[in-house]
Amino acid sequence: MTKRSEIRIPTTEIHVAGRLAASIAVVGNPNSGKSTLFNRLTGLKQKIGNYPGVTVEKHVGILKVDDQAIELVDLPGTHSLSAHSLEEHIAVDVIFGRMQGTKKPDGILAVLDATNLYQGLFLVQQLLELRLPTVIALTMTDAADQSGIGIDIEELRKQLGGVPICPVVATSGTGLESLRKAIAGIPDLPPPERIIVWPELSEAARRLAEGAREPIRFAELERLLLDGAIDANRPFLEKLSQDARDRLEAERDSLFGIEPPVARDARIRYAWVREVLAKVQHSAPPFYSWRTRVTAFLNRPIPGTIGLFVVMAIVFQAVFAWATPLMDLIDSAALALGASVTRTFGDGALASLIADGVIAGVGSVVIFLPQILILFLFIILLEDSGYLARAAYLMDRAMRSVGLSGQSIIPMISSFACAVPGIMATRVIPNRRDRIATILAAPFMTCSARLPVYALLIAAFVPATKVGFMNLQGLVLFGLYLFGIVAGILTALLIRKTALRGPKPPFALMLPEFRRPNLQTVLIQLLGRAKVFLYRAGTVIFAVAVIVWSLAYYPRADLLAPQVGQQRSIAAYTLSGEELAAEYQRIDNVAAAAQMEQSWLGRAGRFVEPAFAPLGWDWRVSAAVIAGFPAREVVIAVLGTVYAVGDEADEVTLSSRLKTSTWPDGRPVFTLPMVIGLLIFYACCLQCAATLAVIRRETNSWRWPIFAWTYMTAIGYIGALLAFQLGSN
Amino acid sequence: MAINGNTLATLKRGQKGIIKSVDAADPQVQRLMVLGLVEGAEVEHASSAIGGDPIEFRLFGCGISLRQEHAKYFQVAPVVAGD
Repeated sequence: MTKRSEIRIPTTEIHVAGRLAASIAVVGNPNSGKSTLFNRLTGLKQKIGNYPGVTVEKHVGILKVDDQAIELVDLPGTHSLSAHSLEEHIAVDVIFGRMQGTKKPDGILAVLDATNLYQGLFLVQQLLELRLPTVIALTMTDAADQSGIGIDIEELRKQLGGVPICPVVATSGTGLESLRKAIAGIPDLPPPERIIVWPELSEAARRLAEGAREPIRFAELERLLLDGAIDANRPFLEKLSQDARDRLEAERDSLFGIEPPVARDARIRYAWVREVLAKVQHSAPPFYSWRTRVTAFLNRPIPGTIGLFVVMAIVFQAVFAWATPLMDLIDSAALALGASVTRTFGDGALASLIADGVIAGVGSVVIFLPQILILFLFIILLEDSGYLARAAYLMDRAMRSVGLSGQSIIPMISSFACAVPGIMATRVIPNRRDRIATILAAPFMTCSARLPVYALLIAAFVPATKVGFMNLQGLVLFGLYLFGIVAGILTALLIRKTALRGPKPPFALMLPEFRRPNLQTVLIQLLGRAKVFLYRAGTVIFAVAVIVWSLAYYPRADLLAPQVGQQRSIAAYTLSGEELAAEYQRIDNVAAAAQMEQSWLGRAGRFVEPAFAPLGWDWRVSAAVIAGFPAREVVIAVLGTVYAVGDEADEVTLSSRLKTSTWPDGRPVFTLPMVIGLLIFYACCLQCAATLAVIRRETNSWRWPIFAWTYMTAIGYIGALLAFQLGSN
Repeated sequence: MAINGNTLATLKRGQKGIIKSVDAADPQVQRLMVLGLVEGAEVEHASSAIGGDPIEFRLFGCGISLRQEHAKYFQVAPVVAGD
């Protein structure tokens, strides 16, 4: 069970003008168009939080009808009130009013997918047994028409005890106005009539309720009979008389015998659903739309798999190609802003804090946004169009052979661009163990921030000789990508066999028909993702950036300033024009290097030098690596500073400096074994505060980010050690 | 009892069957029953991924994919064409 009871977090509050008339739970099957409908109804008047103690998102929105404000709570999709997954537990807990921080709903908006009445009615029938005022939104009526499904809505209403049914097409907005009015009327509706589909269960419930201490509802008795005296049912159990409590197990035995209650429940209710369907649904010849044709084509194994690779290649390419110009733009904007701050406020500590700490720190957060937004745009489009489920289905077998399931494929591939959105995308994985294994494997994929470091070191130290038809440099880069993939897969395998050992989750994936995503819904979801990233991850990254800044800035070298002034006046005496500017730049670079050397960061580099000496690193490399822990791409800027070529050094200048860098006794620091070791360290090490913050957020504990960091650093260290020691001797 | 040993796993592509009995001891199978794979339901093998696993079935117009290892718990009576 989840450990939700111990953790208290404040309830999400939304401030609205006007009185809050009622709180309505939006309940439906996964893929029933529930979230699209929710987004259409509430627009931007919604708030995303978390349910206490778990990573399931809580979506609450406000629906305004005339002067009434109605709170809508979009519950995770569920198939039944017998909860199986974490999401379903949450949905059921909220419905029964046993979720902390969420009040019991005053009514229910049941979302019923017209193209999938079979599973939909199974849930709706159980919802009606709650006897809360209910309105049914019949979604996707357009898609049902096209597939030749005709529904007799009047008859359906009769079969469901007279509950109001509003047909809607959420994507186009048809029927939304009357649905809004119907929702506003929910608080005034009488509780729905009960539909008895299982007389023996009702009989047993009636017997249990005799002499109860407090009034107990039929739906609560039903949960007791079906699920037994599990923790979640304790509040219901306490309402019974002592005698009834003692009889509960006997009643269950006589009802079910050796048959699992869930199985009997499903059998009986679906039999009722089939009877209803025979009366309300009639099939006409389907209208062959693009949808049916595309589905039929992508259903075939080989075209389907090829299609998947094409889609993934397009996504991958877009994330790389479209994001780069935007990222460069953000980068140069941050630099220009920093420079203008330095010009305006001079060289003081405050100016440096603003320019090198705050602006650079915020920049290092914002720079991820283009990739995150583009990747999420694709993931949301794929999810809303129904393709994501199909991708998981196609890749299930391959991913299973490495201990994961089909749903892990999208997060893993996304992580080649950036692990942050990749890890955020693991939400589609329902099984917790699979999800965490995927989260731990994702940071091994070569992300775009590793690329500049790879490029610099490979260009400087790997000879561009031909190996067969390939260039050795290209081969090394390819090898590093492969290394990341293998290390990630081995990690997932290892973790699934040890700490996260457990049964393989059932793989029952609903494969919805392809549908056209709604632009408004896509944008609302995208905005939500961006907000979550900026608030939650941004705060951590920002704090870390300021800490690194202060480590490099303090203590100040007081003696430096007069020396710099002296050298500058000497230069001004002998040189002029461009030569003078170049000399000024050189003096500033040397001063920055001297400052870095005696800063806390430089001292830290010297302090840890013995630990990294077996890897062949001097204090400069060590300091750069330490500075790179919050964000690995920082390493190049720090190397630029310590090697006195300025932090905006071009690759050529920096790499020539690296080549001539020596130990005090004249041996070169950057030998091939040392560089290979450094590359391996880079390929492994989790030098990214953003990733750590996101792992923390997605797993809701510090345990996994700490584990991932330690594990990856250890592997990187050992790899670099082996490469250097074996290569040097 | 056994219906010629036919299960969801032995249905051919395009073939339909009606579920006759379910071995429901495994909680994973119970989960599949909650999704509607119960006695009396008509199921059609719609497609499979490369290698024949997982399999996509049509169940009252909606797609549901199952792994071979779970499909074998569902005994079916194949529906003969023209029935």
